[in-house]
Amino acid sequence: MSFINYSAREINCKLVFYGPGLCGKTTNLQYIYKKTNPDSKGKMISLATESERTLFFDFLPLALGNIKGFKVRFHLYTVPGQVFYDASRKLILKGVDGVVFVADSQAERMEANIESMENLRKNLQEQGYNLDQLPFVIQYNKRDLPNAVSMEELNQALNPKGVPFFEAVAPQGQGVFETLKEIAKQVIMQIKKGT
Amino acid sequence: MPDPGLIMYEEEFKQIDAELHRLHQQANAKVTFLVDKNGQLIAAVGETENLDTTSLASLTAGNIAATGGMAKLLGEKDFSILFHEGERDNIHISLVGRVILVVIFDQRSSLGLVRLRVKKSVEILSQILQRILQKVDQAKAPSGTGGGNKEQPKSPFAEITEDDIEKLFG
Ligand SMILES: Nc1nc2c(ncn2[C@@H]2O[C@H](COP(=O)(O)OP(=O)(O)OP(=O)(O)O)[C@@H](O)[C@H]2O)c(=O)[nH]1
Ligand SMILES: [Mg+2]
Repeated sequence: MSFINYSAREINCKLVFYGPGLCGKTTNLQYIYKKTNPDSKGKMISLATESERTLFFDFLPLALGNIKGFKVRFHLYTVPGQVFYDASRKLILKGVDGVVFVADSQAERMEANIESMENLRKNLQEQGYNLDQLPFVIQYNKRDLPNAVSMEELNQALNPKGVPFFEAVAPQGQGVFETLKEIAKQVIMQIKKGT
Repeated sequence: MPDPGLIMYEEEFKQIDAELHRLHQQANAKVTFLVDKNGQLIAAVGETENLDTTSLASLTAGNIAATGGMAKLLGEKDFSILFHEGERDNIHISLVGRVILVVIFDQRSSLGLVRLRVKKSVEILSQILQRILQKVDQAKAPSGTGGGNKEQPKSPFAEITEDDIEKLFG
């Protein structure tokens, strides 16, 4: 749910990175944080366990620039991917403007991907959102690993509607900004439509 | 889609800012600020120079969301007030509809005083927020149905181009 402030001349949008445990959501934000110049970013906050698994969320505020004289701010969040953190995932989804689904390309994570995608759809539905009407992008991460499934197979399993998708190797940044740019574009276009 | 996005206009922003100033002063607070339930900062007043208000806003919303989730599990409606006591600073958080009022204070004030002043501010802020919602509704009503859009200028976002978006990423 975007927040348009005519007084401060700002638009704020919330983007959520979703996906199964260890698929690379936090790594995406870390890379974006690392590569963004200091004026454009706030502090990155990670509420994580001692073993660096996301416990509640990661948060990264980005102010990329201006559109029509309004400062555009994106608030990036990741959810905790581990199955038993479902209650927290639901909370993070509240007020979302756009979703990036990060899939783990490894063959043995196929089931986890599918389960997480179904979980996303269900959790959105509970709050009155329809995934098919929301700005939405899929990122196939971990393309560098030898056991990565083919793109055709991934799309078949996870992308029946044919939304925009990207191949990624998040720790090296491959595909990371491409993904961010696409979701940002969709969200801004949504704001345009809504006004 | 559920809730429409929050929109803040100049007039109400000034009123909110004035109320936060009043509260800041009357409660002897260090900082008062208002956050959207989704973690977006609306306005902040006081000693904010060395304070990461963006992060605080996000964590406040996370905090309210988490305790709200707990309330639901207990069959409670919501915990509308949260209080965290520190060695030096304390933080008082209250729900005002879809926004959150936060007061940070130290030994120059007291919980009793903050509570008292917050109560009044919550009333006033609720009224302001109510007016914003009405305005947003009016602006959305199709013209010619009486609602119309007299006061607000035409949205500047109607003419966004792909080019504008490209430029964001330099
Ligand atoms: N080889 C390889 N490793 C990756 C890639 N992306 C992430 N990783 C590694 O996978 C591990 C988990 O990454 P995270 O970003 O913490 O995963 P997450 O999705 O945030 O996991 P949760 O917080 O549990 O939901 C880390 O050790 C990363 O370095 C990738 O593209 N290739
Ligand atoms: Mg994580």
